Amino acid sequence: MSVQQVLQEELTYQKRKKAWTPTRVANLAADVLCWLIVGLASLSCVVPFLHIAAKSVSAEAYVVANKVLLLPKGFNLSAYNKIFHDASILRSMWVTIVVTIAFTLIGMFLTISASYALTRRDLKGRKIMTFMVMFTMYFAAGAIPDYLLMNDLHMLDTWWCLILPLCFAPYNLLIMKNNFQGSIPESLIESALLDGAGHFKILSSIVVPLSKPIIATIALFYAVGRWNAYADALYYIKQRTDLRPLQLKLYYLIVAANESFQTEGVATTTMTNPEVLKAACIIFAALPIICVYPFVQKYFVQGTMVGAVKG
Amino acid sequence: MSMRATKQKATPAANTLGLHKKGLAFYLKRDWQLYALMLMPLVFVIVFKYMAYGGLSIAFKNYKVAKGYAGSEWVGFKIFEKIFNHRDFGPAVYNTLLLNILDLVFSFPMPIILALLLNEIRVKWFKKTTQTLLYLPHFLSWVVIGSVSLQMFSVNSGVVNTLIANAGHSPIPFLQDDAWWLVTYVAIGVWQSMGWGTIIYLAAITNVNSELYEAARVDGANRFQQCLHVTLPCIRSTIVVLLIMNLGKLMGGSFERILSMSNAKATEFTTTIPVLVYRWGIQSGKFSESTALGLFQSVIGLALVLLSDAIAKKLGEDGLL
Repeated sequence: MSVQQVLQEELTYQKRKKAWTPTRVANLAADVLCWLIVGLASLSCVVPFLHIAAKSVSAEAYVVANKVLLLPKGFNLSAYNKIFHDASILRSMWVTIVVTIAFTLIGMFLTISASYALTRRDLKGRKIMTFMVMFTMYFAAGAIPDYLLMNDLHMLDTWWCLILPLCFAPYNLLIMKNNFQGSIPESLIESALLDGAGHFKILSSIVVPLSKPIIATIALFYAVGRWNAYADALYYIKQRTDLRPLQLKLYYLIVAANESFQTEGVATTTMTNPEVLKAACIIFAALPIICVYPFVQKYFVQGTMVGAVKG
Repeated sequence: MSMRATKQKATPAANTLGLHKKGLAFYLKRDWQLYALMLMPLVFVIVFKYMAYGGLSIAFKNYKVAKGYAGSEWVGFKIFEKIFNHRDFGPAVYNTLLLNILDLVFSFPMPIILALLLNEIRVKWFKKTTQTLLYLPHFLSWVVIGSVSLQMFSVNSGVVNTLIANAGHSPIPFLQDDAWWLVTYVAIGVWQSMGWGTIIYLAAITNVNSELYEAARVDGANRFQQCLHVTLPCIRSTIVVLLIMNLGKLMGGSFERILSMSNAKATEFTTTIPVLVYRWGIQSGKFSESTALGLFQSVIGLALVLLSDAIAKKLGEDGLL
């Protein structure tokens, strides 16, 4: 096809906008196909949760008979009522909230300090300190040395084993460091230094205010990561069942299924079907994230891209 | 002019030389605030990472809790000999590699295809909405995903088998049969990672020069051909880098993922290295064996990362380190 032909086609196309030229048909077919595949793929990401949510507010009889698909049948909230009366589940939620907040605050403090210091080019020992931190990302001691260390530090079965060991993540440091290097002009810091400002002052009144988006991003990385993790709790929380975070609780209740719901008071006689209760429990654990993620996803996307530049 | 140039060049050199002579005390005085900022991060790294490296020594000792690190006797590579000959070791390595290779084969291409398709969608609201939905699994924990899969795929009460039964077929043991478990595991991995994986490819696609598409259109390429002959070659280096990065993870694998999806019925493929580490170490108290196994995994993992980094650099890419 020559250039003239293409132009001609373009012209005739513009003249008769409604005409079904072969190109237009092919274009439409391609569009339909794209929409169909992408649409189905994205539906597959929500439909399971809609199904579980429908189950969680349905009457037991319909669930047992496998009659519930995407719409609840025999709507009731008794399963949620039960969850909100189960002290151990509420306690797990509380543990998760406290641990997530403390973890994120400490992690941010460490990450911001280290990122700033390690981006100062004239800092003596910068390279060796960077290497010291980054090496731990590529070579882990492993689960058992970590476990024995927690034992030696007397941190097993305490709040601290869920907060301290993982709260300084080299990967997050890398992202924040890259961002500081890229987005804060070197001349700004140098002129502040010449004006007699110290590094504490520069960090708190220049770098941090200028880096709000990346700070939000990294804080969210820490918070969501902590909220979702449970392997460390599985290792470290043994005797103190009141320190189980929500995800671990969910693991014991549903995946390992070796723990029963605390059926307190009335509930013992009129047993709710465990399936409904399980569904409600899953939604209870997933809902905070599902509600929050549409608003924070853009920060995650940005962080992922900064990390991809050199990760 | 040339005089000034040499002068400018000489000054920093002289400066660094001058500084060099000043020694540690000078830097500590000048940059004490920076060192103060580094203090806590370094303490954290040393206490929680480097002190844990000290615990690796028990892979070469016959560690007894009562005797402690120092009291336990050195046995050289005896522990390693023991674990290499253990009947669970071979299957664990095999399963780890199998699951990771299957993940690579099926999970790796999916985000590329999705990104190409998303790129073809011009209607903004549809693109935005589908992207948001596609990102959802990335934000959920493996326990939630594992619990959902139990609810969806169980033989008696799972909705998928209900639909299959309604269509007149016999139920499929998605999670109870070993082979089907493997299929389910890999499919859930694809599902979980496909949306989030598109981000980097979409970013790469936006950098493609639009003149290339115009040229291709003039040459009569339809949209599929443009995709194949313009977009794909342009994001080739991104694909290569990510592929190599994934090769570096062949010995890894998420403990949380496999634990959330394992059950008592299908156990053939669920014994991977992290699972065996947990079983030996925490459930049976065989700390030396478990540490040695973890060390084996870490060393091979590090070697694979270094290897993939070297390959990436050889191919003219930026590398990962």
